[in-house]
Amino acid sequence: MIRRLFIANRGEIAVRVLRTAQRLGITTIAGVSAADRHSLVAKLADEVALIGPAPSSESYLNVGAVTAAAVAARADAVHPGYGFLSENASFAQALAAAGITFVGPSLESLAAMGDKLRARSVAMEAGLPVVPGGEAATREQARERAAITGYPLLIKAVAGGGGRGMKRVDDPAQLESQIDLAMAEALAAFGDSRIYVERFVARGRHVEVQVLGDGQRAIHLGSRDCSIQRRFQKLVEEAPAPGIPADRHAALLSAAVRLAEHLGYRGAGTVEFLVDAETFDFFFLEMNVRLQVEHPVTEAITGIDLVEQQLLVADGLPLGWRQDQIVLRGHAMEVRLNAEDWQQGFRPSPGQVKSAHWPAGPGVRVDSHLTGPGEVPPYYDSLAGKLIVYGVDRAAALARLVTALPTIELEGLATTRDLHRRIAADARFVAGGVDTRFFDGFLEQPARG
Amino acid sequence: MADDRVWLTAEDVAEIVTILDGSPFNQLDLRTTRFRLRVAREQAGEAAGEWSQAWDWADGAALPGAAASVAVVAATSAEDTSDGLVRVAAALPGTFYRAPQPGAPAFVEPGDTVTAETVVGIVETMKLMNPVHAGVAGTVDSIPAANSVMVAAGTALVRIRPA
Repeated sequence: MIRRLFIANRGEIAVRVLRTAQRLGITTIAGVSAADRHSLVAKLADEVALIGPAPSSESYLNVGAVTAAAVAARADAVHPGYGFLSENASFAQALAAAGITFVGPSLESLAAMGDKLRARSVAMEAGLPVVPGGEAATREQARERAAITGYPLLIKAVAGGGGRGMKRVDDPAQLESQIDLAMAEALAAFGDSRIYVERFVARGRHVEVQVLGDGQRAIHLGSRDCSIQRRFQKLVEEAPAPGIPADRHAALLSAAVRLAEHLGYRGAGTVEFLVDAETFDFFFLEMNVRLQVEHPVTEAITGIDLVEQQLLVADGLPLGWRQDQIVLRGHAMEVRLNAEDWQQGFRPSPGQVKSAHWPAGPGVRVDSHLTGPGEVPPYYDSLAGKLIVYGVDRAAALARLVTALPTIELEGLATTRDLHRRIAADARFVAGGVDTRFFDGFLEQPARG
Repeated sequence: MADDRVWLTAEDVAEIVTILDGSPFNQLDLRTTRFRLRVAREQAGEAAGEWSQAWDWADGAALPGAAASVAVVAATSAEDTSDGLVRVAAALPGTFYRAPQPGAPAFVEPGDTVTAETVVGIVETMKLMNPVHAGVAGTVDSIPAANSVMVAAGTALVRIRPA
């Protein structure tokens, strides 16, 4: 049984994990770097252990240092949060060797999902669709591939990169000439004429499914849409993913469960999909074998504490829920408040927070380590906190987001608050179901609403 | 231990707001040994009428030691530039690097000629590498900041004698 939990993370997620652990009567040990000695998690924890100096490479990312601190603190389990060592197999191994429970999946799952190519083949074994495609050494092979992938498709040079030799084909009639062209260009540019034929998803959405498993059974807790991204960094998330036809949505959810069951997955995980915004065809991208930043939107629509379930199954207990007990109710949205000056090229804005004001009220949840005076050290990422709003439907959640955002005030920091106000007012976002191109050119448009 | 804690969840705060919302009160100031919570109705500005929460936490089990304010980790060179030298200062706090990677030659050495666009170093802030440009054409006079150390915003990194 977990009695002493070492939290090997920082920022809002360390506070988030601590809250559930303390509610469950578990003694918490905050493992902090020198820069975080006076952070909120250090104030709230039952005990505090210094892992190492401020730079992550010497503290939160240092397998030896974190393991040694957990052993010295007599921890019986370690929660890794997200990022840092949360998906690091050698960390899980080091803990196992020290007789400490890793609150995360088995080593086998970490290995299977850790490598992108291996994850793709494991997902295919489990019967999940992947972005169709494959290598072709000759024109004949390329034609065969094209017949399988369908249109539109992309022809890429196997040896290529940077878009060289890349051809988009919308119509089978163009295929032959484009294959010849692509092979000739590939040969000229890379000395290798082999090409790769892949289905092209013009308008893709990033949709993911939360899964929970205990090694025997797996269930899903609905979908999340994370299509609003800047440079592959998520800015806004919502649950459930809006505007997907019911049959496609159900197929997506059961595909995720199929993968979790195939892996004999134990813990909380997220199966990410690329969803075609027009046809709603979906393709497996990857699986994150840890808690996600955006997990609170799932908690909001299910009423389930994901950290509690993680601790439960890490302890070897069966899942506390059956699929038929999971009811998805209402709609939730999360915005990430980053300490960045978004009007100056998203320049980082570390520094002291003199005072912090966050919204409060029904349907409002704030996950932050900066709920009062504090500091954003320059060593780590810029997440200052998350605002999660909930409503009976998407419109109600959005209305709450719009009224709650202006209340946020982190004195001393530049934040992305007003960027989120602009997103919340954007007609495309209001309509719902935007694709990942949403942010392209967003900043150049005049502000609306 | 966990049993002597007072935890207020998001639901608890929501309930407090609901109670206050139906009352003539605009503010609640709650103090325990562990925290102070202020729930208030915003009186002015764009958020007027909306409820906000602000917390202050007592130190608890925090490690002893002075609050290491990162902003003052490195000494700031505030030398006058009356000697005609131009200071290239860090725009943000972060780790200063003289070279693009360990073992590589430094971007500049004293005596080097630079243009305004010449990169004289990198400041790593929150996982982002920010190149530091000379900002002025001239000759590198000296490099007061040490390699791979934390510098505060405004710290002189490089001194340049303008051409």
